[in-house]
Amino acid sequence: MTNQRITMTVNGVDRTIEAYPMERLLDVLREKLQLTGTKEGCGEGECGACSVLLNGELVNSCLVPVAQAANSRVITIEGLGSPANLDPVQEAFLRYGGSQCGMCTPGMIVAAKYLLNHNPHPSPEEIREGLSGNLCRCTGYMRIFEAVEMASRAQRGKSAT
Amino acid sequence: MQQRIVGTSSVRKEGAAKVCGTARYIDDMALPGMLYGATVRSSIPRGRITKIEFDLEIPWHEFTIVTAADIPGSNSIALVQNDWPCLAEKMVNHFEEPILLLAHPDCHLLPQAVSSVRIEYEPLPSIHSIAESERQHPVVWGTDNILKSYLMEKGDVDAAWAHADYIIEGEYETGAQEHLYIENNGVIADYSEDAGVTVWGSMQCPFYVHKSLMHLMALPEDKVRVIQVETGGAFGGKEDYPSMIAAHAALLARKAARPIKLVYDRAEDMAATTKRHPSRTRHRTAVAKDGTLLAAEIDLALDGGAYSTLSSTVLSRATIHAGGCYYWPSLRVRAHAFATNTPPHGAFRGFGAPQSLFAIERHMDRIAAAIGFTPEEVRRKNFLRPGLTTATGQEIPPGVDLDHLLTRALEASSYHEKKLRFEQENPRRALKKGIGIAAFLHGAGFTGSGERRMRSIASMDATPEGNLRVLVSSTEFGQGTNTILCQIAAEALGIDYDAVCMAPPDTHVVPNSGPTVASRTAMVVGKLVASAAVEIKRILIDSGYLHEPYITADFQQAASAYVKDRGSLCAEGHYQAPPNVYWDDDTYHGEAYGAYAWAVYVAEVAVDTVDYHVSVDDFVAVQEVGRVINPVLATGQVEGGIAQGIGYALYEKVVWQNGHMSNNQMTNYIIVTSQDIPPIHVYFEEVPYSYGAFGAKGLGELPIDGPAPAILNAVSHATIEDFCAIPLLPEDVMAKLVRSRFQVGEEVSA
Amino acid sequence: MRACPEHFNLVSSGSLSSVLGMLASDRGKWLPIAGGTEIMVLFSAGKLQQRNLINLWNLAELREIRVNEDTVSIGGGCTFSQIRSHPVIAAEFPLLALAAGWIGGVANQNRATIAGNLANASPAADSPPALLACEAEIELISARGTRRLPYTQCHLGYKRTVIAPDELIYAIQLPRKFSGWCTYARKVGTRNAQAISKVCIAAQAKIDFGRIQTIRIGMGSIAPIPLQLSQIEQLLAGCPIDRIPLVESRKLLDTAITPIDDIRSTKTYRRQVAGNLLEECLRTLAGTGA
Repeated sequence: MTNQRITMTVNGVDRTIEAYPMERLLDVLREKLQLTGTKEGCGEGECGACSVLLNGELVNSCLVPVAQAANSRVITIEGLGSPANLDPVQEAFLRYGGSQCGMCTPGMIVAAKYLLNHNPHPSPEEIREGLSGNLCRCTGYMRIFEAVEMASRAQRGKSAT
Repeated sequence: MQQRIVGTSSVRKEGAAKVCGTARYIDDMALPGMLYGATVRSSIPRGRITKIEFDLEIPWHEFTIVTAADIPGSNSIALVQNDWPCLAEKMVNHFEEPILLLAHPDCHLLPQAVSSVRIEYEPLPSIHSIAESERQHPVVWGTDNILKSYLMEKGDVDAAWAHADYIIEGEYETGAQEHLYIENNGVIADYSEDAGVTVWGSMQCPFYVHKSLMHLMALPEDKVRVIQVETGGAFGGKEDYPSMIAAHAALLARKAARPIKLVYDRAEDMAATTKRHPSRTRHRTAVAKDGTLLAAEIDLALDGGAYSTLSSTVLSRATIHAGGCYYWPSLRVRAHAFATNTPPHGAFRGFGAPQSLFAIERHMDRIAAAIGFTPEEVRRKNFLRPGLTTATGQEIPPGVDLDHLLTRALEASSYHEKKLRFEQENPRRALKKGIGIAAFLHGAGFTGSGERRMRSIASMDATPEGNLRVLVSSTEFGQGTNTILCQIAAEALGIDYDAVCMAPPDTHVVPNSGPTVASRTAMVVGKLVASAAVEIKRILIDSGYLHEPYITADFQQAASAYVKDRGSLCAEGHYQAPPNVYWDDDTYHGEAYGAYAWAVYVAEVAVDTVDYHVSVDDFVAVQEVGRVINPVLATGQVEGGIAQGIGYALYEKVVWQNGHMSNNQMTNYIIVTSQDIPPIHVYFEEVPYSYGAFGAKGLGELPIDGPAPAILNAVSHATIEDFCAIPLLPEDVMAKLVRSRFQVGEEVSA
Repeated sequence: MRACPEHFNLVSSGSLSSVLGMLASDRGKWLPIAGGTEIMVLFSAGKLQQRNLINLWNLAELREIRVNEDTVSIGGGCTFSQIRSHPVIAAEFPLLALAAGWIGGVANQNRATIAGNLANASPAADSPPALLACEAEIELISARGTRRLPYTQCHLGYKRTVIAPDELIYAIQLPRKFSGWCTYARKVGTRNAQAISKVCIAAQAKIDFGRIQTIRIGMGSIAPIPLQLSQIEQLLAGCPIDRIPLVESRKLLDTAITPIDDIRSTKTYRRQVAGNLLEECLRTLAGTGA
């Protein structure tokens, strides 16, 4: 096989890379685009550490051949906010203890963001279901649920004003 | 004294980097010219290596190949006994034992190369359980398969049986547990003749790796440099194994004269690295009619795997915790760690205590049932109280109040109301509900004289800009080390939290404050940081650079001026044992730990008689851990420990096939998801401990001890059956329930 | 990652007809890949044998859910998220909507397709029991044309189907006849989410005048293929709901299934739980139909 030129819009910026079509989107993001915020935990779509948004849909980037992401929009954790300008979900994870070791955190935040995009005020059960594809070994999930609830509440506050 | 920062939930120091994805873990890093490493491992449980062949279709000249012959120093990983080979030479003693190392610039070519190294063996018989190891047929380690033994005795056990109204026996088993940190083990190593070896990696204990590399590479202290980078979870699993993977990367780097990245994938990490020791505990207990415990004979056995690694220290903690949080007039614990042909079992949060406490807490419920007491009554009757002594003769200090913890936990869980209701409703319901208690203790810091031998040092210094740095080898891997140590320093200095930061955990930069294990960071290292901080403040005031009262900006200006004028500002805190603390390693007598944390957990479960699944519906955790430095982080530690404990009790089964983990995938090794976890209610009682930082004791390990016995007690309550082994999977529940009470009905109208 | 991407080919050809042309011209050469939730796992583990893959993801012709007068037609490339959130499926085929939610987590439901779930032909797949209970038909397409067959005839054996190497699953056809039927479905997995089933069941019954008129029951993970329990369906047809032969049904089930021991469970457990589920199913259906 030969390398192909593949163009994607990553975090709002058009990027063109050379890649084999079966390279995993995860590896392309991490190695070719130096977006190492997206993590690999299992390599089999089980843990969610590699979660990104592909055309607005939550996916495990370890299970996406990069050819399938050609001409698509990709949002990674780096596209949500920066330490100086945190997204409200990032802010809530930071403040309420949603992140411990930090390895599941980027994927978890992307999944939480996806959940809130589709359902701005989820019930506790909906939060549990929305995050069930993202495994965390540190927190026991309680602080994460609280962070998502607080982020949702912050949005409600914002939309009310 | 009113505290400004300790006791508040300062935000995690490295938290912003973590939530933004900018925190750099080992696999996020690369060095110029770096090669990728891989490990060729044994494919049999035990045997002699007879031949190593390299398949011809691989261009081997492109690869760096390392064997045991390339080791400049000693071919072992230095831990306690140094019996763990870095690379197997003639014999292999477990599946996945490292034999040979490969490196190549293209990481994608390594898997095929690894499978193209053909190793032939003369297989030897192997053993895979405690029972097989005990029979010594064959002997696979030393002269008797025994990696370590302890005998701990108090009082006259043999005299007690004659006076006992009841003698209650029980046998309890716990399985292996995989750490399943989300970040696998990994390091990058670089080597040059001038600088020696430098290793960056995911790890808990930089100085363990440092010591091991000196010994392996035959290098002096200053030619080995170990730097911990952001570490994605550890739980004990990065206490011992990083010394192995660092050794491998260092050998490849030396031979290739290029930097080497060696990062495991999930399947390799699960199959090859350490797990929690499986255990078997036998209890024989003498009890009086009024419920008083008279004597215990406890036989404790751990499966240590193929090499001794840390088994002796795990066994030590298991031994000391074997009697639980009860007063024993007499007690004897015989403890053995046995060798088997599985990969060595190692450190895992709790470090022997979860195994022992599972056994004693399950046994207490069985004692209660046998003598007609409630689980609550038999515990209250026998709790350790101030003035009483533990099994090692350590006197319980004032302030310890297990009765109160129990009362609070029972109230918070509506225990009495639920217990009664479940017992009334269960006969009519397919979903059997139960509620169970576990009361327990966990010793903080190293066992016995460990802290005194370690003689840890922490220091603080100031940057030219006047920022204050904490210098320790204590590492952050999610538990909050960075945050709490900065809080402690800021509190002691009298300045803002934001004005304190952590120096990089680099053995060339920081002093050896000991390994990050044993729930010792807040209590022991925190205290050293506090005293270094007090010293910094004293220096600035005595030298006239700082005057009280001051604000943070004054302090920073003073520190900056001091550094400018005098070159540097730094101070050290040295470990000093609390007074009147003695420990005898031979008799296992004395103050086993500086302090214990105490807890009572209550689990509520539902056992489904259709699929035999046990779900934990609610969980209450009440603990006394001394001063809580950071409530949000502390609560997160407890909740996370409970989630691991629920997994340990009900989900996490390592499926062994001939000593090989056959379910080494996240898909098949089952940890709880967000949909399996109950609401967890966490309560702290704070009884400050004078010799811990601002009164802190240990916290990190405590929460893994309680869930399994509380849950199994609840399942036994729900089903009126005795369950004595974990993990308790639906298949195991079914085995007891089918053909008993819950057999399916006949033709019943709906 | 244990595979070398350089050694694999993935072709995206833009339209269904050109995909079918390629499948026809080189029979057996190509492995179709859609959401990748199965194939990419094998690939990463270094266990994917086929080196030539052909991309089906986002072929518009395969991603439509069409509501016709008598049927609902689900394009083979529809994801389980699409299926779950479709109002007509939720209303008329609740078993399938529920089963779609059993699959992995949200990220997997966003990628896994119904055709992939069937073509992969795992006996533990989540959607087959519901499809069996819904009397689904599958529509296969190739350069040779299309053919339509009952889903009950799709599976030949463990991981073997009637789908020819040049064929794709074009659509799943569901008859719109289940309005008012009582339903029951349950998955017993290794945990509540992100789980592979140990046993799963989906069933629905038309209950009128206190009798089961017709019942359809599908089960997974208890045989080399997803199983329709036709003998039990026949036994129960016409049964008054207050006299359901539970013991007889369990006996028939015992002879119909051939569960195995594997890494996730035991055959003893699967056999026992399959019986319990069947019993709970029948009690529940009878209860809701009463």
